[in-house]
Amino acid sequence: MTELIIDVVGLSRDFTVRAPAGRLRRTSRTVHAVRDLTFSVPEGAAVGYIGANGAGKSTTIKMLTGILVPTAGTARTCGKEPHRQRRELAREIGVVFGQRTQLWWDLPLHESFRALAAIHRLPSDRAARRQVELVDRLDLGEFLDTPVRQLSLGQRIRGEIAAALLHSPRLLVLDEPTIGLDVLSKERLRGFLVEERAAHGTSLLLTTHDMDDVQRLTERILVVDHGQMAFDGTLAGLVDRVGAQRVVVLDLLGGAHGVGAGAEVGGGAGGAGEAGVRAAGVPDLRGIPGTELVAVEADGLRQRLAFTPGLTTAAEVIAAVAARATVRDVAIEEPDIEDVVRRLYLSQ
Amino acid sequence: MADLAPYRAVLSSRIRSQLAYRRSFALDVAGSAGVGLLEFLSVYVIFTNVTELGGLDFAGVALVFAFANLGFSLADIVVGHVDALPTYLRSGTLDAFLLRPLSVLGQLVTSDVQLRRLGRCAVGVAILAVALPQAGIDWGWGAALLVVAIPLVGAVIFAAVFVAAAAAQFWLVDGAEFTNAFVYGGSNAASYPTSVFTTPLRAAVTFVLPAAFTAYLPTLLLLGEPGPAWTPAWLGWFAPVAAVVAWVVALTGWKAGLRHYTGTGS
Amino acid sequence: MNPLRTYVVFAALGFRRYSAYRLATAAGAFTNSVFGLLRAPITMAVIGAAGGELAGYGALEGATYAWLTQAVLTPVNVWTWNELALRIRSGDIAVDLARPVDLQMTYLAGDLGRAAFQVLPRGLPPLLVGALVTGLALPTTVLPYVLGLISLALGVCVSFACRWLVNLAAFWLVELRGVLTLHMVAVGALSGLTVPVHWFPDWLARIAAASPFPSMVQAPVDLLAGRVQGVEALGVIGVQVAWFLGVLLLGRVVLARGVRRLVVQGG
Repeated sequence: MTELIIDVVGLSRDFTVRAPAGRLRRTSRTVHAVRDLTFSVPEGAAVGYIGANGAGKSTTIKMLTGILVPTAGTARTCGKEPHRQRRELAREIGVVFGQRTQLWWDLPLHESFRALAAIHRLPSDRAARRQVELVDRLDLGEFLDTPVRQLSLGQRIRGEIAAALLHSPRLLVLDEPTIGLDVLSKERLRGFLVEERAAHGTSLLLTTHDMDDVQRLTERILVVDHGQMAFDGTLAGLVDRVGAQRVVVLDLLGGAHGVGAGAEVGGGAGGAGEAGVRAAGVPDLRGIPGTELVAVEADGLRQRLAFTPGLTTAAEVIAAVAARATVRDVAIEEPDIEDVVRRLYLSQ
Repeated sequence: MADLAPYRAVLSSRIRSQLAYRRSFALDVAGSAGVGLLEFLSVYVIFTNVTELGGLDFAGVALVFAFANLGFSLADIVVGHVDALPTYLRSGTLDAFLLRPLSVLGQLVTSDVQLRRLGRCAVGVAILAVALPQAGIDWGWGAALLVVAIPLVGAVIFAAVFVAAAAAQFWLVDGAEFTNAFVYGGSNAASYPTSVFTTPLRAAVTFVLPAAFTAYLPTLLLLGEPGPAWTPAWLGWFAPVAAVVAWVVALTGWKAGLRHYTGTGS
Repeated sequence: MNPLRTYVVFAALGFRRYSAYRLATAAGAFTNSVFGLLRAPITMAVIGAAGGELAGYGALEGATYAWLTQAVLTPVNVWTWNELALRIRSGDIAVDLARPVDLQMTYLAGDLGRAAFQVLPRGLPPLLVGALVTGLALPTTVLPYVLGLISLALGVCVSFACRWLVNLAAFWLVELRGVLTLHMVAVGALSGLTVPVHWFPDWLARIAAASPFPSMVQAPVDLLAGRVQGVEALGVIGVQVAWFLGVLLLGRVVLARGVRRLVVQGG
């Protein structure tokens, strides 16, 4: 049986906020940042933790890593009580806060690695090998000698992640790591994390606003809203719950059914694509039960079908398409998850 | 006690980066020496007008001053920068400390070392070198031991005061101004014979903030003087005890402060 | 707008800026009182060791001197001030110079506003503590206080003029720490902050008299304590005015030079 890398029961955290009211008095009110959270994560899993600003994500992370003490409930990370066993826990986890640094600000990056290797008591050959591996795969070589404060955001985040992984922790916690990064950097980072997890089996807890992060990196989503758990399941399950549509993208070989190159059709207005689809030499995918043709691209060789998960499945759609045309490649696009999450909040 | 390698790694980087800018460093050391000399100037001016103060002659008061300054600047070099704690609290750097498998205070203390304070140290040593031969000391192993021990024990006491002042920052907002009264007031009180103070104040700077143990009382031992009522010379032998007590208080305060920080968030 | 009114506005700004720091002001007053608590007995002990009187200071006068120095040191602002230097270094000074008001006067007005705020909350507490702990030997007539407050205002002005001049070094030097520390040491040594200037040995007294520093602290303290009265007091005030105008003018000349350098160098 795999051990639980995170085990949270009834976790709660209140804050007392004092604000001046008038010239001399102050009011105080209690903010319930986290309310009665319960969930557990088995070792090796990757979990996305999403929610609006102020929903309690960072507070939960702080309680899981020993920075903050819960007001009620228990949290166990790597089997340890984060606050009481802070130092032992620190040896087994790596944490990256997107907006704060854990590196030594005015020293060159390699000095941070040196210090961390000493802090985690890594044997020097092991530390060297691991550092070479991380530097290589995160492309840190060109700025190893630059003081951290002179690094760009993207460079610094890569450095932080390398620093967090230097001691090969069992659990990697990332708090908004891709915030402020450009699309290319985000993709490279995600690629690295996928490889790292595959190679070392590191568990991952990721808080983010970026739904592509969640889709790429995690198998499970926790949605937190005003401190409470609003959803715990898979991305597909979430999509299912709020009834948003998934999109199957099909790359086709020219088929025998006489429809041709078309302009892209706007989503949802299936009828408007008729004209484009009429041209010769391209498969006609209209009319498959439970689907809606939303786009025809590349002279009809790539077409997008939207479907509602409850009414049909991706497998059925693909089978139906395969009956009409030769399918070269398939991809499934999840819906705009900002939209999904918003719908989830609204459906509460 | 964990091995010191991780602390050494950061410290050596800090030292190297400080020494890298030779001219600035030299200027800083000179400036620190200047401040030390400035403070001694007051003592000098006083003794152009009188021949004794608080029962000690110029050489004796110079010894008290030098021992106190030396102890304070040694502590300042090693521990002084813990006063950066409010900055670390604001920037979230303290959270980075909590996420490492090391003691938070240990990381704070070793996060920097203020080598430029060596200037003030040097002034203390120089004054000692001139005043010791003129103080009429009965030289022997005991006296030699005292000369070495006094500034070291004094440094330990002042370091505890620094840590206690830093711990207070967990509760106070902009509290540095307030704790400065105790840190620099303590240093000032330590530099003069506490026999000039009335009994209540003398008790405060001996038994509450142990400034008198950093220089005056042990110097009385060195000089063979009896010392004032309620704080006689033989108390000087208890300076190490005062240092231990000071650290117990400081560490208790620090742990409480850290508990307060993780208990209330920032 | 009437230029005088402009400067009053700047003074009000200076006042308001510092009045926002309530906690820091309270803490500072506490520090001043603690230091008075330490310096007063030391000063009295020196006088005692000198036979009960030293250069016209009896024990109570000595204590009063110690409390008064703590009371005036914050308004006079003897410690480091580098606002101007920072603006010169960052180049923001160009913006300031483009304004249709005299730069030095606006800074002076702001500094006087600051001092006006700090006089009571930082000045009174040490004096109250002093009255309770050692007692104070203060004048019983009104005139010394009037002259004393004028002298205090002038002390702030002299201090400002010197700080202004020191900050102008930023036009020529990259690293200002050395100059600022030197200024701080000189002020600490010669202004009568820790021991009265009247106790200085001859050679040091001559150096002090040839410097503006005693006009910053010793002068207002002497007048407020009633140690120097009547015509003599007017003489002290005259010396303060002379130093103020002299250093102020020098500051204007040096500023012009600095600006020229900035423009020529394309800073």
